[in-house]
Parts: sequence; C-alpha cells; structure tokens
Amino acid sequence: MSTGEKVLWWVAGLAIVVYALFPVVWILSLSLKSNAGLTENRFWPSEVTWSNYQLILTGDASDLFLPALRNSIGIALIATLIAVVLATLTAYAVSRLQFPGKKLLLTTALAVAIFPVISIVTPLFNIWRTIGLYDTWPGLIIPYLAVTLPLAIWTLSAFFREIPWDMEQAAQVDGATTWQAFTKVIVPLAVPGVFTTAIIAFFLAWNDFVFGISLTSTDASRPVPAALAFFTGASQFEEPTGATSAAAVVVTIPVVIIVLVFQRRIVAGLTNGAVKG
Amino acid sequence: MAAITLDRIVKKYGDGFPAVNDVSLDIKDGEFVILVGPSGCGKSTLLRMIVGLEDITDGDLSIGGTRVNDKAPRDRNLAMVFQNYALYPHLSVFENIAFPLRLAKGKHSDDEVRRRVDEAADLLELRDHLERKPANLSGGQRQRVAMGRAIVRQADAFLFDEPLSNLDAKLRGQMRTEIARMQRRLGTTTVYVTHDQTEAMTLGDRVAVLRKGELQQVASPRELYEEPVNLFVAGFIGSPPMNFLPAQLEGTTLSLPFGAVEITPDVAERARGAEFLIAGLRPEHVEDSETLEGPRRDRGVTFDVDVDVTEWLGNELYAYVPFSPDERVAAKLAELDKELDGESMRHQMVVTLDARSRVRDGDRARLWFDPASLHLFDPSSGLSLTRDEDRAREIQVDSEAMRQQALERSRAHAEAVGQGAPA
Repeated sequence: MSTGEKVLWWVAGLAIVVYALFPVVWILSLSLKSNAGLTENRFWPSEVTWSNYQLILTGDASDLFLPALRNSIGIALIATLIAVVLATLTAYAVSRLQFPGKKLLLTTALAVAIFPVISIVTPLFNIWRTIGLYDTWPGLIIPYLAVTLPLAIWTLSAFFREIPWDMEQAAQVDGATTWQAFTKVIVPLAVPGVFTTAIIAFFLAWNDFVFGISLTSTDASRPVPAALAFFTGASQFEEPTGATSAAAVVVTIPVVIIVLVFQRRIVAGLTNGAVKG
Repeated sequence: MAAITLDRIVKKYGDGFPAVNDVSLDIKDGEFVILVGPSGCGKSTLLRMIVGLEDITDGDLSIGGTRVNDKAPRDRNLAMVFQNYALYPHLSVFENIAFPLRLAKGKHSDDEVRRRVDEAADLLELRDHLERKPANLSGGQRQRVAMGRAIVRQADAFLFDEPLSNLDAKLRGQMRTEIARMQRRLGTTTVYVTHDQTEAMTLGDRVAVLRKGELQQVASPRELYEEPVNLFVAGFIGSPPMNFLPAQLEGTTLSLPFGAVEITPDVAERARGAEFLIAGLRPEHVEDSETLEGPRRDRGVTFDVDVDVTEWLGNELYAYVPFSPDERVAAKLAELDKELDGESMRHQMVVTLDARSRVRDGDRARLWFDPASLHLFDPSSGLSLTRDEDRAREIQVDSEAMRQQALERSRAHAEAVGQGAPA
C-alpha cells in the first residue's frame, strides 16, 4: 500500500469512528455536567460532576433505575439463553435434515423477523392483560423470543452449513449417538456462530423500547429503556437530561463488556485442519 | 475381526437409478480387499453402505455372521478413515485419537485410554504431536491421526475411503506402504476404496473392480493383470494401460494394424463368427527387437512401425505408435476410453521399451512381442476370449496361500512381541 493510500484509509477510518462515537461522547459529556452546566452551550463540561450518577444509583432516581436495571439484565439474559438453545437445535435440524415444511418454516421465520413490531404491540397488550402476563418477566421474554429466534435460526443455520458433514459421520462411525455427535462435535465447532447469535439476541432484547414501555406498568418488569422515560427533573419545569444521560451510559457498559468478552470467541477459521489441507 | 459378506447389495436413489447394483462379495477375516473403479462407479457408496452411512435398498450385509442392514453405524464396530480425514478441529491429536474410547463411557479407565492412544501414536509415529491441534499438522500427519483414530478402538474391520487422494505423490507412496504394514501387522479385515490402480494392485489381497455400480471381477491383483475377464478390467488395470487394437481373424491368423500373428486354434474357435475383434497388448509386453537376445526373440514376432514420440524415463522408454482403426472399432474404443475416465484424442499404441533402446522420435523401429501375451476381446460383449480359467484358478489358490502365510507370520510376530494376537 502506498503512503497516499494509507493516509486515505486512516482518514476514512477516523471519519467513521468520529461519526459513530460522537453521540456516545455527547451523552457521556452530558452525564458529567451539572444542571447549570447543561445550558452552557459547550461540548465539554466546564466542571465535571458525578451528581447525575449519584442520583440514579443511590439518590432519588435509584428507586426507578435500579429495579429497571435488574429487570433488563434478567430478561435479556433469559431471553438470550432460551433463544440460543432453541435456535441451535432448530438450525441444526434445518441445515441437516430434509423434512416436509422446511421451506415454510424458514420463510415464516423470516416473515416474523421483518414484521413491524409496533403493529403487534396493541393486540399483545390486550392478550397479556387477559391471560395475566402483563407486567411480568415472561410477558417480555416471549415477545423478545419471537423477534430474536428467526434471526438466530438464520444466522446459526448458516454456520452449521459450513461444518463438513463428514465430521458428524466420522463421530457416528466412532460410536457416537446422534446426540453425542451433535454435542461433542457439531456444537463446539459452531461456537463462534453460537456467540454471534447470542450477542445479536442480547442486543435486541436489551435495546427494546416498544415492548418495554407497552407491556409493563411497574418496577416488577419495566426494563431500563422504558424506565428512562419516567425520569423526572427536580421540578416539573426541569428536564432530567443529566440523569437520563447517566443512565444511558450505565446501560451501555454491559453491552461493551459483552462484546469485548465474546469477541475473542468469534474467531474465524475454527474449522481449520478439520478436513484436507 | 470379522468377515464381511455382501449378498446381492443394491442401492437405488430417489430417482430409481441404481448406484450399486446386485453386488455380492465375500470378504474373509483378515483380508485386505480393494474396491476400485473410475469415478461414479459406486465404490464409495458401497463402502458407505458397509459402514452404515447409506441405507441399503436391497440385499443383505453381514459382519461376522450377523445381519447388520438395520444397525446404526455405531453398532457395527467398524472404523473408517475418510477421504478428507474428518478430524475434530477443536480437539488435540490425543483427544482425536481417544475420541472413540471416550465415547464408550466407563468402558475404559483414563490410564487405559492413555496407554492405547500412546500405543497407536507409537505405531504411527505421532508421539511428538499429541498435544497439537489438527490445524497445525501437515497433510501426512493428519492422515496418520485419522488412522490412529481408526486403530485405537480394535474395530472388527477398517474401512478406507480414498485416504491418500489428498496427498502429494511422494507422500502417497510412503503412506501406502505404511497402510500395508499396519494392516499386515494388525491382521484386521480391511476394505479400501480407491480410483488409483497402483494402490489397488499394491495393497490388495483381492481387488474388486466396479463399473457403473456393477461388479466386473474380484480377484487377486495378479489374476486381474494376467487374466482379466473383460475389456473394462483389462483397460483399467495396468499402467500405462493396455493397448486396444482392431483385429480381424481369418482361420487362425489374426491381422493387427502392424502385421499378422498366429493364434492358438481353441482361441480362434471361440472367436469364430465375430466380424472384428479387439486385441489387447500390454505396453510392457512389447520390446525393441534390437535390445533382445537369442531364444526369447525367437518365441515372438517382430514388426516394423513408425514411432511418433518417445519419452525416456531412465529405467524405461515409452514409445508412441499412431494407428488408424476402422470406424466401428474406433467408436467402441472411444466409448471404453470414456468409461475409464480417459480423454485420449488420438489412436496410438504405447509401448514400454528397455531404456537402452535407441528408438527416438520419428524413427522407424522394429518391435517385438510374444503372441501368447496377446489378449483378445469380443467387442460386442466385451468379454475376454483368451482368459484361461485353469490358470486363473491356479493363481487364486496361490494368492490365497500367500495371504494365509502372511497372516500366520504376522500372528507369530505379534505373539513373539508379547502383545498377543489381535483379538
């Protein structure tokens, strides 16, 4: 690569990073400003204060924020876990077996994935209230599964298709049952796919606002994105901008951690050396 | 160890096309049998039916006297080496080899697993690589790991599916010897699929030649070479392959493109009535008459030909002699060539001459061959007219005796080493 090209790549890369990180930095900056500082018309705070974080973690807003954080983490993790387990089994069947209705299943899954979420919220609200799922964890986990499963199935079946059939047949000849071949050979090989799917599923559940705000009413199940809408300022004339920003920063942290942790697992070329070189 | 019996095995796919048709084969205990044929002849399908990865449409398959048609692969106690090795990339070499033992839960203690993997690793010289991952191994090492996984389990039989086709020529030769040595030492029944006739000839106690899903001939390599039953087998076995020449018979005189030879009356009798015949002449049965001496020369006939191209290889010399057959023969030969995966563009005879021969490109040469080494085929049925059943039987008895001796020796050796004969 010539020097000119290198410079071009650096400039382009930098532009993208700035573009992507600007809102994040802006929120971070807002969360560190005092109430007075918010109206200063400056990008960086003139004086860094942790009061917003104190407010949401230990202060008045903690009653709203902490239970929401707990709900968000619990619901997103459970939904992810179920989605990954179900999607792994389904994707395996889809990629390995020929069965009647396979096309239909995949098409339906895709249709569900692209279905506008907002249009099913109202009917869901009514049904949930009738059958008692309104404002409960399962009441959110179930719709999250509906959204994440199709995506997870599509992603994972692509991964499974990459794994050579021979691996599984070799395992069967070596004395494995179908289940053993699946758990001891196929799943370990699909680990990068499983983690990718887990991240996607977790994000979808973690970032959801529409279901969160419509299907909950109390601390019992309200997730963070919905709870942020209920923050109030010190008086009714004051916007809770600082507190909201601080909460947004706090909920971003787990996502960053999860990506960093899982990123190591998502190594391409895990199947290197399986078959001929 | 066990004998494997295939009784009228048929494999039909969804479209009704028989990939394997009515194959019967008796594989004796401890025997090394090769399934060979051009691509698409059904040899791999047959192997996969034996191991249980393909369903058997019709016929009976028994291993050690038990019918196994409906048994799952894991219940057949066979070990298989795949063409692409199919190693488990997430496991170390040790765990790859130990995998079959680990699956039989509770059957083997950790010490025993370690002992048996170490034994296999020693046999295959993998000791130094046990902790590595398959991705970090060379092709030959991966091949050996795949073999280690097969032998560690003391399976009833080994099945190989073109195990050497992904290796380069030199390594292939080495691994071929290694497989032969291992099989002799363990004395385990082995079925080996290949399209390579050198592997077939060198490794097999017996070789089964398949063509379009049908068994052509099952015999020792020597019988296949010397007494092929038909055109297909004759053309498939041997390298360079047998030359097929148009021939016409009048009385007992056979006229070939390069001259006429006398044949025995009983062969002439069998060939009577055929409008034209196909003569088969192996390249190595032709010599440069200049390099031949005395009595041997007198037994054969000589003829003069125009040599087109020569290839000098150091130990021998290939000479190419063009000829033009008439249309009917040409069509038959083209069809045969296609079946044998060939792509020859012209009609030529290849002869393997002594390296001392002075024949070079464009020369007119005097060549020699013994009419007794000539094969004759009926072009319509493809059957051999020169096959000598008595001699074929002799070869059979002889090969079987040699196989038994080799097995005895390996058992005696195993006992002497104190491992006990492989159960």
